[in-house]
Amino acid sequence: MSILVDENTKVLVQGITGGFGGKHAQLSLDYGTQIVAGVTPGKGGQTFGEKTPVFDTVSEAAGETGATVSAIFVPPPFAADAILEAVDAELDLVVCITEGIPVADMMRVKEMMQGSKTRLIGPNCPGLVTPGHGKDSHGGCRIGIAPGYIHKRGNVGVVSRSGTLTYEAVYQLTELGYGQSTCVGIGGDPINGTSHLDVLKMFNDDDETEAIIMIGEIGGNAEAEAARWAKENCNKPIAGFIAGATAPPGRRMGHAGAIVGGADDTAEAKKKILAECGIAVSETPSDMGKTLVGML
Amino acid sequence: MNIHEYQAKELFEKYGVASPNGQVAGTAEEAKAAAQAIGGSNLVIKAQVHAGGRGKGTFKNGFQGGVHILESADQAAEYAEKMIGQTLVTKQTGEEGKLVNKVMIAEAVDIERELYLAILMDRDTCRPVIVASTEGGMDIEEVAESTPEKIVRQFIHPLAGLQGYEVRKLAKALELSGDQAKQFGKLISNLYQLFLKCDCSMVEINPLVVTPDGQVLALDAKFGFDDNALYRHPDIVAYRDTDEEDPREVEASKYDLNYIGLDGNIACLVNGAGLAMATMDIIQHCGGSPANFLDVGGGATKEQVSAAFKIILGDPNVKGILVNIFGGIMQCDIIAEGILAAAKETELNIPLIVRLEGTNVEKGRELIASSDLDVITAVSLNDAAEKAVAAVNG
Repeated sequence: MSILVDENTKVLVQGITGGFGGKHAQLSLDYGTQIVAGVTPGKGGQTFGEKTPVFDTVSEAAGETGATVSAIFVPPPFAADAILEAVDAELDLVVCITEGIPVADMMRVKEMMQGSKTRLIGPNCPGLVTPGHGKDSHGGCRIGIAPGYIHKRGNVGVVSRSGTLTYEAVYQLTELGYGQSTCVGIGGDPINGTSHLDVLKMFNDDDETEAIIMIGEIGGNAEAEAARWAKENCNKPIAGFIAGATAPPGRRMGHAGAIVGGADDTAEAKKKILAECGIAVSETPSDMGKTLVGML
Repeated sequence: MNIHEYQAKELFEKYGVASPNGQVAGTAEEAKAAAQAIGGSNLVIKAQVHAGGRGKGTFKNGFQGGVHILESADQAAEYAEKMIGQTLVTKQTGEEGKLVNKVMIAEAVDIERELYLAILMDRDTCRPVIVASTEGGMDIEEVAESTPEKIVRQFIHPLAGLQGYEVRKLAKALELSGDQAKQFGKLISNLYQLFLKCDCSMVEINPLVVTPDGQVLALDAKFGFDDNALYRHPDIVAYRDTDEEDPREVEASKYDLNYIGLDGNIACLVNGAGLAMATMDIIQHCGGSPANFLDVGGGATKEQVSAAFKIILGDPNVKGILVNIFGGIMQCDIIAEGILAAAKETELNIPLIVRLEGTNVEKGRELIASSDLDVITAVSLNDAAEKAVAAVNG
């Protein structure tokens, strides 16, 4: 098994008629992912690509096609509403790719999701990939914007806030001959749906995942929280990397969440906590794959 | 985004947060008129720059202090003359200082007690939190360190909003009673509205003062705004003062590039924020020093790459450029074209190290290899960083 999604997962795309959403919906289709529906209010009845039906609402799309997962590509002013619509339709998983959603909007979303059955990944994230068994990992489930072909089906779980840094880790693993069970980008915003810890727990429970790479960055204490849990509870080897050792304090480094707060909130402090919790910390982003392989 | 003290005061007035009377002035005449309009004998003049330590700062023309008590309206004009158009150097501005375009004339209030009050967005609980302390007028980090029991936190339900009992608890914690508690209640309720309606990430009042005649007033304020929400606040965007920002960052923002200037000599151009940070880190790890953070984003165009090159090269410290692209969304051949065009256009004469990986990487590498430009290519991130450090130091 993998976590969250597999090759049988049926996915709908909110914002499929937009340029960005359409491009990545097509790339997912090309990868072999079951993109079964699109949703754009006012454009119901249209067809995306060769045969993907477009609906006005998420509940219609899910009801007609059996989709259980949504990928959201709608612009920031409408993204919070799009997430809540997917939650209302009782989907299992909502992956919000949109970057630039106001923090206050996400705060309300998070509160309104209390008690719902839906899990949110993101926002401001690259999405997730469970690689397939075909050539260049074709036939897997790609939700979001990651380049599918760098993956390889295997037994390493990858979790990260950053998109390109995830690709870097995945690429290193694939080059070294180690495939991935699932790669999850949880997003770079200060308020997000799924944390490092949530994903670590899922990897720990997943039979197919035998080792884990956890990539973090400056800002907040999510990585430390995950590491402390892993020390007591995780029985699989973990390699880690923390970006932002050279970031000046108080400045927002691209990701809205990436800002060095106080003395305890530096890359060095986080690396130290990870190491104390038995995680092999990669000194450079170039060695993430090697560091993990060294533990196996 | 930061705002000036007088702009913070405007926001306070708009939302009914009590603060001392004050007016902004851009000339000596305006300063005099402002002093006369506010009246009274107890006034203060303050240079308006985005930096702390103004009182102890020095102007480059030799005039001492960015904050002065005034004895008369004429003196307001006299001091304004010495401040406006001059550069103020404080411990926070660096030696280049900041140009003062405006001054604020305000009532100087007598202080009986100094309190601390702030509202911020708490990441861990995903809620706004009000932070209050009886120990105002000093660094709150210091209070947190030495007397943490003197800081109270009240988390606010994001949908229900600030409740009456929460206000009463805070007033009690700040040892305010009677009419002062009532004034505080109005102030914090209005401040909370301001915080929500303006999409603030932080608003800090330090100090919140109680005057001998029993008024509760916000004396100094610091604001932070959520950059993601600025699209719905044109009035706050209008407060932006680009004179206060690094000109390279201002230029970068015109092209939607995420740029932060640093002190090193190896410039980097990277796609993705996490990878951009990691690239800076590995440069340092290899013994070099990064000149900037630059994330060109997931779908950068040729124009953006070209603009990025010009901004990078505008920094005289830069002795080499490291381009690190992991093309997921972005195609390596398009990036390669952009790099080559920009290098030609800027007549690049410092080492350029390029590491490309991802979609269409073969095409991208081919383009670079077949160009007549002298580009150092790298196969991995580590290789790129080592070559960049060697090129700059060699």
